[in-house]
Amino acid sequence: MLAVFLVILILPLATGVISFTVPARAAALATVVSGVASFALVLSLVPEAAHGDLSFLSGYLRADALSVIFLLATGFLYAAVAVYAVGYTRHHDATYARRFYAGFNAFAWAMLAAPLMGSLALLWIAVEVTTIISALLVAIGDTDGAAEAAWKYVLIASAGLGLALLATVFAYYAGAQVLGQHYNLAIQPLIQAGSRLPQTPVRLAFLLAVLGYGTKVGLFPVHTWLPDAHSEAPTPVSALLSGSLLAVSFYAILRFYQVAAASLGSGFPRDTLLAFGIASLLLASLYVFGQRDVKRLLAYSSVEHMGICAIGVSFGAPVALAGVLLHVMAHAAAKGNAFMGAGVFTVKYGSKQMSAMRDGMRLLPWSGPLFLLAIFALSALPPSGIFRSEFQIVAGGLGSGSYTAAAVLVVLVTVVFFGLTASATGMLLYTPGGATHRDPPAHRGAPRVPPGVRGEPSAWMVVPVLAGLAVLLVLGLHPPGELTDLISRGATQLGSP
Amino acid sequence: MNTALLAAGGTTSLQPPGIYQGAANVIAALMLLLEFGMLRQALIRDQVRLYAAQSALISVLAIVIAADRGLPDLYALAGLSGALKVVVVPLVLRRLLGVPVDEDSPGVAGSYTLSPASAVLASIGLAAFGFFTFGAFHISGPAAPALALAIAGAMVFVAFGLMIVRRDVASQAVGFFSLENAISLAALVVAAGLPLILETAFLFDLLVAVVVFGMLIRTHHGRAESLSTADLTGLRG
Repeated sequence: MLAVFLVILILPLATGVISFTVPARAAALATVVSGVASFALVLSLVPEAAHGDLSFLSGYLRADALSVIFLLATGFLYAAVAVYAVGYTRHHDATYARRFYAGFNAFAWAMLAAPLMGSLALLWIAVEVTTIISALLVAIGDTDGAAEAAWKYVLIASAGLGLALLATVFAYYAGAQVLGQHYNLAIQPLIQAGSRLPQTPVRLAFLLAVLGYGTKVGLFPVHTWLPDAHSEAPTPVSALLSGSLLAVSFYAILRFYQVAAASLGSGFPRDTLLAFGIASLLLASLYVFGQRDVKRLLAYSSVEHMGICAIGVSFGAPVALAGVLLHVMAHAAAKGNAFMGAGVFTVKYGSKQMSAMRDGMRLLPWSGPLFLLAIFALSALPPSGIFRSEFQIVAGGLGSGSYTAAAVLVVLVTVVFFGLTASATGMLLYTPGGATHRDPPAHRGAPRVPPGVRGEPSAWMVVPVLAGLAVLLVLGLHPPGELTDLISRGATQLGSP
Repeated sequence: MNTALLAAGGTTSLQPPGIYQGAANVIAALMLLLEFGMLRQALIRDQVRLYAAQSALISVLAIVIAADRGLPDLYALAGLSGALKVVVVPLVLRRLLGVPVDEDSPGVAGSYTLSPASAVLASIGLAAFGFFTFGAFHISGPAAPALALAIAGAMVFVAFGLMIVRRDVASQAVGFFSLENAISLAALVVAAGLPLILETAFLFDLLVAVVVFGMLIRTHHGRAESLSTADLTGLRG
């Protein structure tokens, strides 16, 4: 299994380096191979992680059920978006494509590395590396908007991660009091130290971690970089940012949650997450209305779903925790699909503005319906995986006596549903005046199919969305037994550290 | 006030601090003063110099702690940190900023969202808040002088203030790097035993961050022909 760990940690990075030096087509092919291989390797970890933990190199590399769930989300999205990017980069020149693939693979590498780190310090480094690489990817569009979004992102996210580093320092202080001065910030011994840890540093570390890593998660009020970066990044990067990066940062919060719950009891960490979760969900429910940029709309949907995850953890019930872990995977597939669909629209219409996107169901015979299904999935309509996960979260909330929070969650999710579907139906079904208003093209290069002509820009941009839809259906209708075991084990680890 | 200071200092008697604690506290106080210097300094060149001086103090503190507590790893960390933060990072910053530093410096003098006096006054308030808040946590011990930790807390807040009140990308970047210095101070005070390999990884990560910040600053300057953030208002809602 060590070999699997090492290949996951080497392959995407090596592909990134190679992509910078070879022709764009070869870079695209290498990226697809790397993405699919990485996902297959992550899948191979599932059976063992469902029944036990894996630890190598003195614990510096470690995977348990919790980390493998987040790896699955990233691995799947890396593979799907790698295929999608083949079609996407055809609309750009070779230099752009090579830079894009180099950054894209390096970004995926950092996100795959984070959950494999057995130490809070290495976890912080991996998350920081994701920020650095993705900031460059946000800026790759070389527009005023991209430059502005990249600067805001790197400054705000780095400042947030500064707080997360402070959280790591206090976690070390707490651990060193019990485990000795040569404690190396390994996660598992800290959790096992439990109530022996001094409470004030642990409390402080958890609060700083929620605020610091929460900046990357997109929790209110430190979410402000998120809509800008998501809207200005290349669409494949937006999909990874939303489906994987936010989840990886949430994973870091969950590790601090485990430590805090073991040391302080679950009351304080759960209350903290509930406050941030409700505030984030409320913000998203207000901002999904009135959005004009389709990618900003989806970005606020990401804030909503991270809020749901935070609320789900705050419920504490095993069924809610299992729902959260399922939600992480289902959200990766659904949000990946939504962004990939939105990317097809932006290529087709040459704009990110929803007012310029009309009659999508007719003009995009595959991507139109698939985008609608992705929006329905994000809105938790059955039989998608998100319906199942949110149902479990609400059931867990009601079961644990959190009636008010569960009711608020249901109401706000319903509000977001109206906001998302109203915008999507306008893009897909509204015909009169279609494509008369055109904003300046959002991308270099003209769309291959003129906006008024029925047809898809590229089959490469449709196939991975079909794969995402299949994943959503499997997660919603009948998750495989091994996956169910993995989620149960992850929920147990999270609920009773 | 005396009671609060004593609480922050982590001692309930008026015993004089030992050499290590005294040195740590003095160095921390000097770093806080340099932080205010960066806040007040109009020219980016001089801000970078103050950052280098602040970073040098971090290395000195690491040597003091290494000698006092017999942690040879910290000598290596001091050398590495000094080479990186005192020499390489300022050089990289000046090189990446290149022409903009010299050209824009006069214009950057007016890059405050508040007047300089108001900014300093507000930051004194922030520093006091950070000092007493961190002091109130009573995180201290024989190896962790709580007064230095409280000052690190004050520095964190002032660094955030610096990033907020300055309206040019270079000063905001320097604010972030000084935030990292504040966290390094806190880490040295409460987590001096952290393995060298992790400390080294943090430093390497900082170097990469500096390069990326520099590249984005150049990108911004190339597009806006200014270091000012006044025009970064296109993305809203």
